Amino acid sequence: MAFFWAFVIGGALCVIGQLLMDLTSYKFTSAHVLVTFVTAGAIISAFGLYQPLVKLAGAGATVPLTGFGHLLAQGALNGVKENGILGAFSGGVTAAAAGITAAVVFGYLAALAFKPRG
Amino acid sequence: MSEAIVSEKQRKEYAAIVSRVKPKPRVWRNMFWAFVVGGLICLIGQVFYNYFLSLGLSLNQAGAATSSSLVFIAAFLTGLGLYDEVSRFGGAGGIVPITGFANSMVASALEYRAEGLIFGVGARLFTIAGPVLVWGITTAWVAGILYYFFR
Repeated sequence: MAFFWAFVIGGALCVIGQLLMDLTSYKFTSAHVLVTFVTAGAIISAFGLYQPLVKLAGAGATVPLTGFGHLLAQGALNGVKENGILGAFSGGVTAAAAGITAAVVFGYLAALAFKPRG
Repeated sequence: MSEAIVSEKQRKEYAAIVSRVKPKPRVWRNMFWAFVVGGLICLIGQVFYNYFLSLGLSLNQAGAATSSSLVFIAAFLTGLGLYDEVSRFGGAGGIVPITGFANSMVASALEYRAEGLIFGVGARLFTIAGPVLVWGITTAWVAGILYYFFR
C-alpha cells in the first residue's frame, strides 16, 4: 500500500507542477516550479499540514521538492524548540544537509566527469 | 477612400489559421505523463526508502540516504544525456522530484564548463539551485522566527 500512495501522491504533485506550466503557456519555467514547490512545501509544513501527507505517502511526499521545503521548515521549528532563536538559523539547513551536500558534490563531479553535448 | 488592404473576412481567416497552427500545450496528455513519470520516480524513492529502513536506519537517516541516492542517479543520468529524455517525456514529472533539482544543477554546470571550474561549473551549478535554496531557507527561517515569538 505504501507503494500505491507513493505513486499516486507523488504523481499528483507533479501534475500540479505541469498545470502551473501549461496553463501559463510556459511563462512559468521549471525554475519557477522548483522555487514554488520548495516555498509552498515549507509554508504548508510550518502549519503542520505536510507531515500527514508524509505519513500517508512516504516517498510520494518526501521526494518532490515540497518535501525538501518540509525538511527545511521542520528543521527550523525543531531548532527553535531545542536552541531558541538560534535554532531558526541552524535548524533548517542542518536537517537538509545530506540532500544539499549530495546535490553539490554529485552535481560537481558529474559536471566534471561528462562531456557537454549539443 | 481607398479600400483596406486586408479585408475583415481575410483577417478572420488568418486568425483562424493561426489559432489552428499555433502549438498548444496538450494539457490532458501532459498531465497524464507527468503523473506517470513523477509517480514512478517517487515509487523508486519508496523502494530505496524501504530498503534503507530494512538495513536498520532511522526514519531521518533513511530519508537522507534516499534523497542522496536519487540525486546521485539523476546527476549520473544527466551526464549521460539520458535525463533529458525523462523530462521530455514526463514534463513536470521529471522536474518536481528531487531528481529534477539535481538535473537542473548538472545541466547548467555542464553547459558552461568551458568557462572554467570556478565561474563555469562552480557558479552555474547554482543557476537554479541558488534560487531554490534562497527561497527554501528563507521561508524556513521565517517559520522558525514566527514560531519562536508566537508559539
